[in-house]
Amino acid sequence: MILFLILAGLSIVFSLLVVFQRNVIYSAMALVATLFLIAVLFLTLEAAMVGILQILVYAGAIMVLFLFVIMLLNPGLLEGRSIAWWIFGSLAAVLLLFVLVPFLSDSGRLLPGQAPAGGSFGSPESLAQSLFTDFVLPFEIASVLLLVAIIGAVVLAKREV
Amino acid sequence: MIVDIGIIAAKALMVLSMVLNLAGVLGWIERKASALIQNRIGANRASIFGFAGLGLVNTLIADPIKFLTKEDFIPPKGDRLLHTLAPCLALFPALVAFAVIPFGDILVVADRTINLQVANLNVGILYIFSMASLSVYGIVIGAWASNNKFSLLGGVRGSAQMISYEIAMGLSVMGILMIYGTLELQEIARAQGNLLWGWLPAWGIFLQPVAFLLFFTAAVAETKRIPFDLPEAESEIVAGYHVEYSGGKFLMFFAGEFAEIVTAAGLITTLFFGGWQVPFLMRDGFHFPWVGTLFLPQLVVALLQVGTFTLKVLFFCWLQILLRWSLPRFRYDQVMRLGWKMLLPLALLNVMVTAVLIVAWQSAPLKP
Repeated sequence: MILFLILAGLSIVFSLLVVFQRNVIYSAMALVATLFLIAVLFLTLEAAMVGILQILVYAGAIMVLFLFVIMLLNPGLLEGRSIAWWIFGSLAAVLLLFVLVPFLSDSGRLLPGQAPAGGSFGSPESLAQSLFTDFVLPFEIASVLLLVAIIGAVVLAKREV
Repeated sequence: MIVDIGIIAAKALMVLSMVLNLAGVLGWIERKASALIQNRIGANRASIFGFAGLGLVNTLIADPIKFLTKEDFIPPKGDRLLHTLAPCLALFPALVAFAVIPFGDILVVADRTINLQVANLNVGILYIFSMASLSVYGIVIGAWASNNKFSLLGGVRGSAQMISYEIAMGLSVMGILMIYGTLELQEIARAQGNLLWGWLPAWGIFLQPVAFLLFFTAAVAETKRIPFDLPEAESEIVAGYHVEYSGGKFLMFFAGEFAEIVTAAGLITTLFFGGWQVPFLMRDGFHFPWVGTLFLPQLVVALLQVGTFTLKVLFFCWLQILLRWSLPRFRYDQVMRLGWKMLLPLALLNVMVTAVLIVAWQSAPLKP
């Protein structure tokens, strides 16, 4: 419980830093820290597979590409935004809140004090089992989607040559 | 309870100190080995009574003192916080990645089973890959925070190179995982104690020779050493991402690189060369085919296993140092072409061929 509070508090602090930092590199690094802390949260919930994949995919690959692009463009400090931008941002945040609140109040049974799901839950074997039996169609659709994205990226890159 | 915690702490401390010390020793070996290869004496000030071999003791103490007493320079227009954070980010993943590599079989002492492995995760090898993927940050952040064009070039090169080779590295291991059917490194090491046709140890190198070559190449590229040291490339971009680093922070980058070498050697040993397995050594002693058995007490077996593991790791550390001083550096486009057009398709092909062979093997009427 104490561990959860520390991890949750830290991840909230870092996610606030993502938003409020003026320096883009600092924002990106704070996002990496947030993702890492959430991965540790998964580890404390006995979901080692999900936690490790979170680090491997998000913190280790996607964020590295973000940083790569940021370093290539080197935008420096962000300028202050205009009033219209602030209004638009607030509206979007309120709309997101309306989506999130019902969802979060629904998930009361996932309280942190509860005993973690035991057995082989979250193990690579059970994950693969459900991916390739019950959820094989969504899984394949997702991979086709990724394939389309890859082909699209290649086509876009080729056009400039 | 307290004994259990003590055992875990002792194992963690032992592995950590082994990796760190080996990193220091490798720093000395690298200088001496390069001298040996280039027909020089090398590092000749650090010897005791004229024995260069004893200079190792000297160097291990002298090196850190020298590094730590030097000025810690931070570029005035650089970023203080990130410049300090980067070496920690470079060293941390390299040190913790070794935790899941087993260095011996399960030891039973006074009704207590000790798994000779710091952390037994059911995702084992994925944990190492995730830590390897985090090690990019040390380079990228260090390069950016230095506010130096050469550093930035090194950082950009490093991040592109490491992302490219991570994919090939992950795919090359897939064949091994399919054959042994687990992600746990302890299980993989144990499965390699089986014998094929009654005499050949079922080591990864015999079952997956192509995967070994691919993995070894990708691992060298991940440790950013010649022929893949484009992020440093002294003759092109001075020292790349750590050009603005001095003193203790440079030592951390330096130690991180050698810790990565040790981890890579440990992983290669575990996946392809039987880990802690000694050929024909079972839990109760040697079982030689055609010759006979030689029974040994459990402690001797454990010592033999840990000793063998250490020797294998040392051999692969030495091989990586030998590579560095024997090969020229690739050009950048060659590195990218090798990674994406050679290693990646070969790794995919290896996965497919392995899958076909496994299915054929399982449906074959006669199994050895």
